[in-house]
Amino acid sequence: MANTKEVRKQIASIKGTQKITSAMEMVAASKMKKTQDNMLKGRPYSLKIKDVISHMASASSEYPHPFYEERESKKACFIVVSSDKGLCGGLNINLFKQVISKSAELHEQGIESCFALIGTKSSGFFKNVGGHIIGVAEKLGDKPNPDDLIGLTKIVLDMHKNGDIDQAYLCANEFVNTMTQQPNVEQLIPLAPAEQDESLPTHWDYIYEPEAKELLDGLLTRYIESLVYQAVVENNACEQAAKMIAMKNATDNAGDLIKELELLYNNVRQAAITQELSEIVGGAAAV
Amino acid sequence: MSTIKINIVSSSEEIYSGEATMVYATGSLGELGIAPGHTPLLTGLAPGPVRVENGSEEEAFFCSGGFLEIQPDLVTVLSDTAERADNLDESEAIKAKEAAEQNLANQDATLDYAKAASQLAEAVARLKTIQKLRKKQ
Repeated sequence: MANTKEVRKQIASIKGTQKITSAMEMVAASKMKKTQDNMLKGRPYSLKIKDVISHMASASSEYPHPFYEERESKKACFIVVSSDKGLCGGLNINLFKQVISKSAELHEQGIESCFALIGTKSSGFFKNVGGHIIGVAEKLGDKPNPDDLIGLTKIVLDMHKNGDIDQAYLCANEFVNTMTQQPNVEQLIPLAPAEQDESLPTHWDYIYEPEAKELLDGLLTRYIESLVYQAVVENNACEQAAKMIAMKNATDNAGDLIKELELLYNNVRQAAITQELSEIVGGAAAV
Repeated sequence: MSTIKINIVSSSEEIYSGEATMVYATGSLGELGIAPGHTPLLTGLAPGPVRVENGSEEEAFFCSGGFLEIQPDLVTVLSDTAERADNLDESEAIKAKEAAEQNLANQDATLDYAKAASQLAEAVARLKTIQKLRKKQ
């Protein structure tokens, strides 16, 4: 049977770990508020740009943009958004699983995959697994700057323009609530046709300054950039929420372990006392 | 007096949302004045001020570029980065302008000329916004 000293040492070490995890839980909880605010702040832009695009779709101008065009697919690109740090439960790995299964599904249809990665975790994972990586953006911090993502998005859009890829998917965690984060693989290109705004008159068109094509190009590029940015911000909120839950579980588990070990410690101590007593009694009887 | 709805958003936050009797902005092809009932128009934005007039009140914003959509009853400014003009700092703007000019002056092979020029344009526009505002006060 284990001796009391060993058990005591173990309890002390678990208590140390518990202190760390509970501190990390609190850090995550306070960061979570900030990241959620960031997520909400970015929403108006995505909504407004969506509005403008749906207005454009219902305008009479018929300029088919390549982003809407369904072409025969040979290669797809996955933009994978992950966290920079670990210790957030299954958040990243659940997402990667979905990405891999989608990629395998496309492979069966004869479509090759390549990856544009955001976050240290995804770049580490896909370097290990092997896969054609076309770009990486790491260490964006808690408040990512849209400018840091433009480069990566541009690589993907340029590849699409040159015909190197025919589809693009945006893979990120969706923030449902603090307890639930949903890994999500969403098709970015070709874009789903914009909904037409019913409230507008049927025959009208914008005055375009400068050209319609140029503006639509810029607007759609910006739209995709904003989707990617929004995914990154949302993933940040997911990361902090998942981290908080993971650390809470770790703290609780450490508490359970400590309880069990304390029980064991008392058992061992009691057994030692009983043994000593019986030795004394036995010794006294012998004398 | 009739008004037009105006929303100014940048990718990281909503800057302004409200009613206006008149909106002034710097389009990529020149300055625009937008009154309620304006014909639908879509344009790029050049770095510069966006002013929102509501009766006698006026608010100014700085946009470093983006898009502007006009519907008869709605103006949407999709700005790359927008700031309230009150938050603009003149000394910072002058510093940025000088840095950009210096970049342009010592051009060498490694420098991205287009980037430097756009940086300079932005710094100058920022400065102009501040000075315009200054004059009014």
